[in-house]
Amino acid sequence: MDNSWPIWEVFIRSKNGLEHRHCGSIHAADEKMALENARDVYTRRMEGVSIWVVESKYITASNPENNGELFEPAQDKVYRHPTFYNLPDEVKHM
Amino acid sequence: MSEAELKTLETAFEQKIQDDVRIEPKDWMPEKYRKTHIRQISQHAHSEIVGMLPEGNWITRAPSLRRKVALLAKVQDEAGHGLYLYSACETLGISRDELLEQLHKGTAKYSSIFNYPTLTWADIGAIGWLVDGAAIINQVPLMNTSYGPYARAMVRVCKEESFHQRQGFEIMMKLAKGTSEQKEMAQDALNRWWWPSIMMFGPTDAESIHTAQSMKWKLKRKTNDELRQQFIDQTVPQADLIGLSVPDADLKWNEERQSYDFGPIDWDEFWQVVKGHGPCNKQRINTRVAAYENGKWVRDGAMAHAAKKEVRKAV
Repeated sequence: MDNSWPIWEVFIRSKNGLEHRHCGSIHAADEKMALENARDVYTRRMEGVSIWVVESKYITASNPENNGELFEPAQDKVYRHPTFYNLPDEVKHM
Repeated sequence: MSEAELKTLETAFEQKIQDDVRIEPKDWMPEKYRKTHIRQISQHAHSEIVGMLPEGNWITRAPSLRRKVALLAKVQDEAGHGLYLYSACETLGISRDELLEQLHKGTAKYSSIFNYPTLTWADIGAIGWLVDGAAIINQVPLMNTSYGPYARAMVRVCKEESFHQRQGFEIMMKLAKGTSEQKEMAQDALNRWWWPSIMMFGPTDAESIHTAQSMKWKLKRKTNDELRQQFIDQTVPQADLIGLSVPDADLKWNEERQSYDFGPIDWDEFWQVVKGHGPCNKQRINTRVAAYENGKWVRDGAMAHAAKKEVRKAV
């Protein structure tokens, strides 16, 4: 019988003011153990002030095969960037 | 998938590698790339885990509290490194249990250096200084390897590794400055660990079967012989500095090459140990298997507890 501990993804906030960042995964039987294991594996040197863990199966990821339709449309929308607009030289700050 | 489609994917893949675009877990990759990475990353992970055993041997007998906390922290780091690497390896579609089974059955390898025994406290110094020193030289280029999760794991590993080498060198330095017995102990450890350490870079380039492919995929950025030379050039002056002598009668500075020439390596010994006939191969694997089997009831118990809590939550 396969009774191995599920995989959890670990996200660490390195200090207040910064976002949580994915740093790897661990195995644990439940959420409490997941937090404890994440602490032992990923914060031995004060790398974090907050940890999120989520069982990997709950993450929905985009498929790289669809990257074209997902991300390429943004490429020809240069008008979303300030440099698309011409200003007279006299305008210093805008 | 037709042959032409496969060819297109392969060409695009090789182009990405050439352009230094990292490969991420869900990206398409050739089967050989996946297999080679599973082999190398798991071998690396197993080395970290088995590597805890020779050093763990001395935790309870460390000569002072300072040495003990440092060694304990180092061994914990090795466990952590093993776990970062298993986690990177699992992104290639292999389970932790399969990886452990390969180690336990001997189908996956780990670094042969850990099949040597740690006979005295000085061996802890020699391991940190030489074995971790060699590991750092092997690992630093891997921070830029093509597979994203491996490269990221290596960044963490390398950041943590340099204290390991320093704590080892400090032990050697202290012993070398101590009583004549202590100095002798340090020299004896250097004598025993020197050659196995320089063998850690693997067979010579002429004999290495994986080098060409691994260079192409940036799994390797320098050849075994280049890395070995780098290690020798950097370590010999350190030995001189603390008054220990490297056990190689042919070792000589070559002014023209600006490098040390060194004597022949006993590759028969290397292959003997790789093939399972080193002093501690059986002991190391038996210890790992016993740890896994004796821990089974804990793993099962934790899962049973988690399942019971889920049921209670549901009602």
